Amino acid sequence: MSESIETHDHDVLVIGAGGAGLRAAIEASSAGASVGLVCKSLLGKAHTVMAEGGIAAALAHLDPQDGWETHFKDTMKGGSFLNHWRMAQIHAQEAPDRVRELEQWGALFDRTPDGRILQRAFGGHTWKRLAHVGDRTGLEMIRTLQDRGVHQGFDVYMECTITRLLKDGDRISGALGYWRETGRFVLFRARAVVLATGGVGKAYRVTSNSWEYTGDGQSLAYRAGAELIDMEFLQFHPTGMVWPPGVMGILVTEGVRGEGGVLRNANGERFMWKYLPENRRHEYASDEAEARRWLDASVAGKQTDARRPPELSTRDNVARAIYTEVKEGRGSPHGGAFLDISYLPADRVKKKLPSMYHQFLELADVDITQKPMEVGPTTHYMMGGIRVEPDTGAATVAGLFAAGEAAAGLHGANRLGGNSLSDLLVFGRRAGAAAAAYARALPALPAVSGAEVESETRALLAPFERTSGETPYDVHHALQECMDRLVGIFRVEADLTQALEELERLKVRAAAVRVEGSRMFNPGWHLARDLENMLLVSESITRSALLRKESRGAHSRIDFTATDPAFGAVNHCTRQTPGGMSVTPTPLPAMPENLKSLFEPAKEKVG
Amino acid sequence: MNVSTPSAAPAKLRVYRGDRSGGREVEYEVPVEPGMVVLDAIHWIQAHRAPDLAVRWNCKAAKCGSCSAEVNGRPALMCKTRMDHFAPGEPISVRPMKTFPVIRDLVTDVSWNYAVNKRIAPFKPRPGAEWKWQQSDVDRVQEFRKCIECFLCQDVCHVLRAHEMKQQFAGPRFFVRIAALEMHPIDGEDRLPFAREHAGLGLCNITKCCTEVCPESIHITDNAIIPLKERVVDRFYDPFRRLMRRVLGKKDEA
Repeated sequence: MSESIETHDHDVLVIGAGGAGLRAAIEASSAGASVGLVCKSLLGKAHTVMAEGGIAAALAHLDPQDGWETHFKDTMKGGSFLNHWRMAQIHAQEAPDRVRELEQWGALFDRTPDGRILQRAFGGHTWKRLAHVGDRTGLEMIRTLQDRGVHQGFDVYMECTITRLLKDGDRISGALGYWRETGRFVLFRARAVVLATGGVGKAYRVTSNSWEYTGDGQSLAYRAGAELIDMEFLQFHPTGMVWPPGVMGILVTEGVRGEGGVLRNANGERFMWKYLPENRRHEYASDEAEARRWLDASVAGKQTDARRPPELSTRDNVARAIYTEVKEGRGSPHGGAFLDISYLPADRVKKKLPSMYHQFLELADVDITQKPMEVGPTTHYMMGGIRVEPDTGAATVAGLFAAGEAAAGLHGANRLGGNSLSDLLVFGRRAGAAAAAYARALPALPAVSGAEVESETRALLAPFERTSGETPYDVHHALQECMDRLVGIFRVEADLTQALEELERLKVRAAAVRVEGSRMFNPGWHLARDLENMLLVSESITRSALLRKESRGAHSRIDFTATDPAFGAVNHCTRQTPGGMSVTPTPLPAMPENLKSLFEPAKEKVG
Repeated sequence: MNVSTPSAAPAKLRVYRGDRSGGREVEYEVPVEPGMVVLDAIHWIQAHRAPDLAVRWNCKAAKCGSCSAEVNGRPALMCKTRMDHFAPGEPISVRPMKTFPVIRDLVTDVSWNYAVNKRIAPFKPRPGAEWKWQQSDVDRVQEFRKCIECFLCQDVCHVLRAHEMKQQFAGPRFFVRIAALEMHPIDGEDRLPFAREHAGLGLCNITKCCTEVCPESIHITDNAIIPLKERVVDRFYDPFRRLMRRVLGKKDEA
């Protein structure tokens, strides 16, 4: 390695510039830290822009009965009680302030008739809770944070990919990466690092995620010695596009169901009633008439005693329902279910769901004000991730913090829609503040090891030296096919075991890929490195899924269909050991009595 | 993408390959699937013919504004440009945005836009303002906030594209941003002097090219630029107001 490496020094380096990364950078910088914000793409393009439906926060603007306790309970129930109770509590308590703060920074949410922030219904939320802007809430959020950040005074490193975290003894000392544009290496020396890199959807073929979501943060943390938990819990969003082929997997917002969208199978049957879990059935309308009364009241902005439609069940449940309907031969022509909102006035559909209207019209030739959409499950969100300390976002390695989708704990076994955007703000802010405080307490910049830097740069350049071999695209396609086929919505021991064998073979293939061309903006080269991360995270998902011999939340085992209380007491924890990847159960922190009492039947009625 | 069963004759794409030192169009034959968009074809070329073909993309659903290019000369998002909009067999040219310097292949250096954005005074709520307003008060601003920063309006605008006046002119994207801030119901900052003197609002001669290429259908010219121009005229050029200012000794003419 002969090239001299461009070097930047920061108190806090934030990796990832979606909602969590931006919020962390703003907070750390406000606390006086020198902050660098690294984004894999251009600023403002992170997957947060794809979030459509809204931000969950118990503002109680439409349903005055709402409050943090109910939001907390909904989140815990939605996550099948595998959530870290403290994260669920902090999240529910702080989300309203984070939404108001966004408004004070210039965000313009849709309004109630009396001029306050409007809220909409969503799956698993007892009350209308999602602050939103039509169906482009994520864009509003990222632009607001971006514009705030621009004047905050931190440095933004766009189109820069981090490939390794560096350590001085036991603590983080920086990160190494490359500029996409030139392919040249860049070294960040930092006292603290915040990982806010999102998920790993690109390990699957049918996914709502873009090229960036390759499990970078989880892999960086794992290689630096941090623990990952709950990796078996991957959310399959029930409604992705299923046709045409090029758009398969692209997200159809849950807002469609929140605004009254009805799911039917090929026989015209409104099937969601069949799939409501018995212990939750009482929360939903008992028939079409009651569901319609709920909707009419919702459109009119009025209170009602009617219960919500069955389509507003939790995502894990709706995804399983659609999958089952298709598998049993009642699917739509392109292998999905029908999602119909065309029975509402066209003007309302266009006003509340403008980007869905255009997405279907332009990409699928379907006018959703006239005809139903065809939708099916798509790999969407990783509930698991880096194990963090709830109040600070501190990972299990000194100087390392994580927030947003890259971190784990808030969502447990299944995330409720709308809880992601609020997660980004609540825990992005906390991680940024804690990282700045940690950096302040550190007397000097920790040292960076030249040998560590050199071994990483050599590894990065290795694919250029091979004169034969597959392209990384071939291995990527094989990985996606493997994960879709063997580690999907429904899992079984034989499939998972086979997936592990196939992943071993794919690792060998990935280590031998050949890259053509120069280091300048070379997507093939970038994929070669991203592939290693996807393989690592896929292995963690598969091993964790194999170990969890029960069905809970987003993890459904054909061979263990019941929920097992013994598994409800543990998270599965992935660690790097000298012998390779280890996945073992660790005890789930117990909820204190005062919070437990919120779930008592008498209080349930109140909430 | 499954391309094992192509449903029609292959498409011919002529894709610009090159960097700052120059380049040329290279032709690729791509199997066509129903509903395919130009970005699908570019991805097919990457996976099967040219693994180093440089392209920006993210959401693939016209929500992030990353995959801007010029398809048959027209500025467009590749993720939204359907292959079946072109006659079968007709070669489709795909080139990088012309207004910005090429980095490599379809990727251009758009950093100038981020520099311009930084010069716009941020949102500043009026002291004591009530955080309540009607939906009708924000409909107009919400239209501007749909902008996905694809910079296609910047690419097509002749002030930037033909006259290269990047020093004097902020471009349609940033007039939209200024308009969004100026029309926010409780913003208290004044950006009109900046729009007039530093952003070059007067250089726009409202040919509406920006509006035509906007993938979000924002009425850039009618709803953002013209109202800003009217405010500037009212403030700085209204003869009666100028007289009143002189008589009353007000000095708000920045």
